[in-house]
Amino acid sequence: MQQKDALLMSSEEETATTVEQLKGSEILLNGLIAEGVDTIFGYPGGAIMPIYDALYDYQDRLKHILVRHEQGATHAAQGYARTSGKVGVVFATSGPGATNLITGLADAQIDSTPMVCITGQVFAHLLGTDAFQETDVINITTPVTKWNYQVTDASEIAEVLAKAFHIAKTGRPGPVLIDITKNAQIQLTAYHGYKKCNHIRSYRPTPIVRNSYIEQAAALINEAKKPFILFGQGVLLGNAEQEFKAFVEKTGIPAAWTILGAGAIPTDHPLNVGMLGMHGNYGPNVLTNECDVLIAIGMRFDDRVTGRLDKYAKQAKVIHLDIDPAEIDKNVKAHVPVWGDCKETLPLLTALVKENKHEEWLAKFNNYSKEEFAQCIDAEINPQSGELTMGEVINQLNQLTNGDAIIVTDVGQHQMVACRYAKFNHTRSNITSGGLGTMGFALPAAIGAKFGAPEKTVVAVIGDGGFQMTLQELGTIMQSGIDVKIMILNNQFLGMVRQWQELFHDRRYSFVDITSPDFVALAKSYYIDGKKISERAELKDALKTMLDHKGSYLLEVMVTKENNVFPMVPQGCSVSEIRLK
Amino acid sequence: MESKLEKKEFNITVYTENQVGLLSRIAIIFSRRKLNIESLNTSPSEVESIHRFNIVINETEEVVRKVARQLEKQVEVLKVYYNTNEDVIWQELALYKVPTEIIAEHVSVERLLREYGARAVVIRKDYTVFETTGHREETDALVVVLQQYGLIEFVRSARVAIIKASDGFHTKLKQFENREPGEPAAENEYLNNGDKVFTM
Ligand SMILES: Cc1cc2nc3c(=O)[nH]c(=O)nc-3n(C[C@H](O)[C@H](O)[C@H](O)COP(=O)(O)OP(=O)(O)OC[C@H]3O[C@@H](n4cnc5c(N)ncnc54)[C@H](O)[C@@H]3O)c2cc1C
Ligand SMILES: Cc1ncc(C[n+]2csc(CCOP(=O)(O)OP(=O)(O)O)c2C)c(N)n1
Ligand SMILES: [Mg+2]
Repeated sequence: MQQKDALLMSSEEETATTVEQLKGSEILLNGLIAEGVDTIFGYPGGAIMPIYDALYDYQDRLKHILVRHEQGATHAAQGYARTSGKVGVVFATSGPGATNLITGLADAQIDSTPMVCITGQVFAHLLGTDAFQETDVINITTPVTKWNYQVTDASEIAEVLAKAFHIAKTGRPGPVLIDITKNAQIQLTAYHGYKKCNHIRSYRPTPIVRNSYIEQAAALINEAKKPFILFGQGVLLGNAEQEFKAFVEKTGIPAAWTILGAGAIPTDHPLNVGMLGMHGNYGPNVLTNECDVLIAIGMRFDDRVTGRLDKYAKQAKVIHLDIDPAEIDKNVKAHVPVWGDCKETLPLLTALVKENKHEEWLAKFNNYSKEEFAQCIDAEINPQSGELTMGEVINQLNQLTNGDAIIVTDVGQHQMVACRYAKFNHTRSNITSGGLGTMGFALPAAIGAKFGAPEKTVVAVIGDGGFQMTLQELGTIMQSGIDVKIMILNNQFLGMVRQWQELFHDRRYSFVDITSPDFVALAKSYYIDGKKISERAELKDALKTMLDHKGSYLLEVMVTKENNVFPMVPQGCSVSEIRLK
Repeated sequence: MESKLEKKEFNITVYTENQVGLLSRIAIIFSRRKLNIESLNTSPSEVESIHRFNIVINETEEVVRKVARQLEKQVEVLKVYYNTNEDVIWQELALYKVPTEIIAEHVSVERLLREYGARAVVIRKDYTVFETTGHREETDALVVVLQQYGLIEFVRSARVAIIKASDGFHTKLKQFENREPGEPAAENEYLNNGDKVFTM
């Protein structure tokens, strides 16, 4: 029977003959398939058992990756979403299963990662009674979700799921959570097929572009003598890399990236002048306070990027292209707010701007770049003696991967070094926890990243501290057989905190001295091959062995203990007060 | 001219879907910035199935504008306005419970009624309940008076405010429809089960 016809029939006829009766859990899984989901990261438990029971019959259509901790499921889903551009999906049980999702939800919320989490919940009649493994997931997750909803009746599931996917991936993407009581999972209900959602009346994800602003922006750009582009993750989220490149190349304007925007144009593109912010490049930071027109595209002026706001680009006219009106004027006042999806606004702008070159201005960036190379980069990536540095490891890795690998980083010094020195020839290849700075992100995120981009080499760059936060996911790697390369840069410290203690707290090293297990032996106990090195002479071969190895591999590199990441904009300082040492 | 950086009372009007959990989603946008909500009222609006929040906070316009945008981006929020007290007609309702015998002995009920615009809602042997509506200062003034006469219980409602310059939400919705045509909203009837399913 046709779906449409079924809908037209009276309800008596419906129940009597034609309409399929399905359990809530089956409706959920059908919906996931209809949304194009192929991989779920999850962990079972009492309140989500009916869904897992249904999943048993769907294994040919839905791949389920059993993680070792629900936090790992969220980061894996994030890694998957970030490399594939699709929505990451997570299953978890009620109570502790659900509370274990919080860190990943918060991370996805602040970094705008599309994700749909399904949690099981106690029976509806037990809500509010302190039932076994009952926790108020909706209220706990409200601040860290774009949207959430509790389903208590199976008839709601299809519509709510459709709405969840629509919300997660449209506009400014974000994580969504659906909490489904156990009775709704079990309940049989009439199933009319799954209809995708493309409209919610109170939700307007794509603003109408106002042409007057495009015209004003173009006029400013055409007049500018020292224009400067800042680009961020919005370019990736809008799938606007081509449109962005066309705009940059036509205008000839130097462009610098936030760490979440890295790769929107290749690292070696002549107009890519480097990284912004606290540990970014010298030129982009200093010249932020010299440019006359600042064009921010899909970036939100995070405080790691702007430093002290009252001394940030005060001389410049600011054009801000962003899809989220709450970001416009939030941190930096925009003279021209170009509110809209940059996929749509960039071509409109490109059409109105003059072809141009800004050779003298670009040369300024290059001069700063030379100075930065001489004063800090050279020693970091080409040290001739002494212990290994993080920079030279990443530099060597670039040479072997040609900048084609996906680099997943954890949080700390190694993260900043990797973002600074890794080459990104492709979009969606720098996967890192930006806004939340979640240690423990990299290992599970790398697993998801590989599922999201199976044809790519995925290298996780992790500190000795952060690795110990989610190392149980080695079990997930073992069981799923996924191929990720794990590189631990071991400085025997919580290095980033130690750096701050050295620079700003009189070297009072308060609890940053961290000891580690034998990481290679640990990997081997999970049947993952590995090696530990500490000599420069071994580096290249060890990296080659790691990259060439069939399957996952762990390489632990002992690096110099008390290196600092420079340049650095000290907290409370202006971007132009960036220190080279 | 008052500056954007000067704190004053703002009346925030939020048009929303009527959904469980939305109140806390709205409240945390204030609490995460450690803003105190002076008054909060939720009620139906002029448009069927659409809910209206009236929220009063004492803040700078700069902050209020940012909060308004963060409110408006919540999925179930349709529209947010903020207005100064001059831009709205506002009222609060107060109830006062006083012992009837004292009132009868010491003050004339008529005088109270006249002076404070109060109205007796209930008169019993043991107590009388008066009601006034008005601005904060007015309802507060009567508390002071009645305190001397053994005020037993006092309660004041949240503020309700009507925006002077507003043509109502029907018009605004139409404008949105014209400015931002979307797909006809036939899908998701379950979630959008208002009578008039419109697009914006
Ligand atoms: C230890 C540490 C140090 C750090 N140091 C630095 C540093 O030195 N430099 C640095 O850059 N970062 C640094 N970060 C990261 C920083 O905290 C932020 O996460 C990052 O700067 C945010 O980048 P973003 O604004 O590009 O991305 P997001 O935070 O993801 O913001 C994206 C923006 O794009 C908008 N958008 C989304 N989709 C679209 C679309 N389709 N069209 C238009 N707009 C859209 C969104 O509304 C949002 O405003 C550091 C993080 C850590 C943990
Ligand atoms: C979950 C979590 N806890 C604490 C921090 C604070 N923090 C930021 S960087 C850092 C040190 C990280 O040490 P390690 O993983 O060894 O990396 P390194 O800086 O040495 O490269 C810490 C503790 C954090 N970002 N995340
Ligand atoms: Mg370390």
